[in-house]
Amino acid sequence: MKTFIQIQRYGDYGDREPVKAEGATQNQADWPLWEVFIRSKMGLDHKHVGSLHAADAQMAIENARDVYTRRQEGISIWVVESKYIHASNPDEAASFYDPANDKVYRHPTFYDLPDELKAM
Amino acid sequence: MEKQATINLEQQFQDRVDQDIRIEPKDWMPEKYRQTLIRQISQHAHSEIVGMLPEGNWITRAPSLRRKATLIAKVQDEAGHGLYLYSAAETLGISRAEMIDQLHTGKAKYSSIFNYPTLTWADIGAIGWLVDGAAIMNQVPLCRTSYGPYARAMVRICKEESFHQRQGFEILLTLSRGTEAQKAMCQDAINRWWWPSIMMFGPADDASPHTAQSMKWKIKRFTNDELRQKFVDICAEQVKILGMELPDPELKWNAERGHYDFGKINWEEFWQVISGNGPCNKERIAARVKAHEEGAWVREAAISFANKRAQKQRPAVA
Repeated sequence: MKTFIQIQRYGDYGDREPVKAEGATQNQADWPLWEVFIRSKMGLDHKHVGSLHAADAQMAIENARDVYTRRQEGISIWVVESKYIHASNPDEAASFYDPANDKVYRHPTFYDLPDELKAM
Repeated sequence: MEKQATINLEQQFQDRVDQDIRIEPKDWMPEKYRQTLIRQISQHAHSEIVGMLPEGNWITRAPSLRRKATLIAKVQDEAGHGLYLYSAAETLGISRAEMIDQLHTGKAKYSSIFNYPTLTWADIGAIGWLVDGAAIMNQVPLCRTSYGPYARAMVRICKEESFHQRQGFEILLTLSRGTEAQKAMCQDAINRWWWPSIMMFGPADDASPHTAQSMKWKIKRFTNDELRQKFVDICAEQVKILGMELPDPELKWNAERGHYDFGKINWEEFWQVISGNGPCNKERIAARVKAHEEGAWVREAAISFANKRAQKQRPAVA
């Protein structure tokens, strides 16, 4: 129904291209796009910080160091080629997240308890 | 039917923008919004990249190791800022190669300020104070721009930008306390960079046809003239610390308005420089094209190497 609207998607860089034959090599001169995730300090999750182009994973990690950690913003870097990121569809968000909408009892504040009850 | 559907989508989009909900790459957006963003973000990225050239001119001639190290770090930051912004633009469906091509063919513009030459060391100070100062004034509100990837890139850029301005002011401050020749050099740099810097905010509001739509979409948060006035007010005070003067005889505090009045901007010069007739337009683009062409073999070699390694790592098929 909505085919007349052109939707460009972040994760679609790979999805739109034909799936490559196993072992096929790249021949275009442009380096592929990589998504960069950085752990800012021990104990914290890796967090998406942006993307960059690089010929391979090692170069992506080295470029990510230069682009995203010039001021000691990270102690660990993950990179993944953007074409391998699959994302949920925002057009389906209403139905997709619907199951959680009517379950307020999943939150602790749902329960009526007396004020005298301590340490809970 | 289809038209009605588009109108509804546009209404939903505007509602989200009005509620300050950020727009993300996968969300529906009006085609015009996408195009406006691609133009603005790529121009911004190009400005960062071309902006390395006038400053790079002084790296080998910086007066001390300290100045040299900070200038290298600053130029490196500009490269980083260009990359953050290119990535943000790519989420809108334009490729990096396409953007680079637009820059090299002159189809895309970049900030006209970088078409002025850096004649003396004091220019590096003036660029830091005035050019980066104006950039910060423009960029801080963009941290809240409606397009998520652009806003996130701007947050990172603004964090790094403040060292740029401070190092520039420090250079000028040192010169302003130096010999007569150094003081004169300082004033001369301010004289040359002041007007191009206040032109950086773009044409006056009544000559800026896209402003209203960009404000409605919350791509822009303030008009060109609002930001320019804010910048003039701040610089008019800061220049006193340098004991220098801004080259505008009409610059005067207006108690009634609560702002500084300032002289008329030479818009003819602005349009001339934008349309390619500034002092360094040709030199800047030629330098970018040369770097790109001479780097071609590196890009190709890296791809070949990656392919070869991928081949080797693939288990042999029996």
